[in-house]
Amino acid sequence: MFVVIAGCGRVGSSIAKTMLDEGHEVSVLDEDPRASLLLDTGLDRSWAERGGSFTLGTALELDALLAAGIDRADAFVASTHGDNTNLVIAQIAQRRFGIERVVVRVLDPARAAWYREQGLSTVCPTQVAVEMLEAAVREVV
Amino acid sequence: MYIIVVGGGKVGRNLARELIAKNNEVTLIESDQRRYAIVEEELEHNVINGDGSEIWVLESAGIGRAEMVIPVTGDDEDNILIAQMARERYGIERVIARCNNPRNLQHFDLLGVKPAVSATDLILRLIEHEVPRYGMHHLLDLPQENLEILEIEIFADSPAAEKRIAELDLPEGVLVISILRDGGGFVPIGDSMIRVGDEVLIVLDAGLEPVITERFQPTADRAA
Repeated sequence: MFVVIAGCGRVGSSIAKTMLDEGHEVSVLDEDPRASLLLDTGLDRSWAERGGSFTLGTALELDALLAAGIDRADAFVASTHGDNTNLVIAQIAQRRFGIERVVVRVLDPARAAWYREQGLSTVCPTQVAVEMLEAAVREVV
Repeated sequence: MYIIVVGGGKVGRNLARELIAKNNEVTLIESDQRRYAIVEEELEHNVINGDGSEIWVLESAGIGRAEMVIPVTGDDEDNILIAQMARERYGIERVIARCNNPRNLQHFDLLGVKPAVSATDLILRLIEHEVPRYGMHHLLDLPQENLEILEIEIFADSPAAEKRIAELDLPEGVLVISILRDGGGFVPIGDSMIRVGDEVLIVLDAGLEPVITERFQPTADRAA
């Protein structure tokens, strides 16, 4: 499977490394050149040496998405630090490029819930944390 | 009319002021606290401080009863999202969004955010109109109908100069509708000659402009 990941922070870089380890082809896009360093940390060989690809560019720019290979992606992960950016590029991946497996990180539970109803696979870390904390509190009591 | 404007920069602030002067009820939403304080001094209770792409902020601004929503922040992704939620979640039909980077217009279009207004794009179009590239004017664009009407000046080195229209071998979707010559004009037939100095009016399917460039523009003038 060929996976394109837009946004290479802690989340994006971790998914990228796992996917590459599992034998998938992985292409990462980020506007910050330093973000690629996260892909190298903790490993004896660099991201590029291991066969991963990194594109420098803004996720909303079509040219950058194309340079990252979005037009032949089997899966797309939107994990930039902006909820709105993620929701927009995920819809571009879905509607313009017809990618079936599109996953979006959305920190705001309300927007995550609404766009999930609209057919996007949103993952909301805030909501997950809330549920885990609630469960932990119940255990204490 | 009750109008919500999102973004209190120059565009949003001036827009809100004009809309209020025209007797509309307006709420301006600005997320930056410092900018909010400045705008609030002028527009007072018409301004609220919050992130206009958050659902609870839109709802506290009364989006449920808004008749028009105008996202004009400096971030296109925010404007797209706000416009999309206004239309699809709250059923507001009148939504006008600002597009900062004209390259993003296609995203607005793809996600159903229409109309989107790009100042940069408007200025670029005006420049093209004022300074026509190689003697070619857009007389009329009908994006809904997918048609354009162009006016082209014929120079001595134009490939179409001194040729009959039939000889140009124009494809389907391109039609020469008139030739302007010596202060007059006529509707040509296939046998009509195109002369140097003519102005030729052409109706065409949008997207066929490269064909026109190839058949009518001198090679040296073609866009690099």
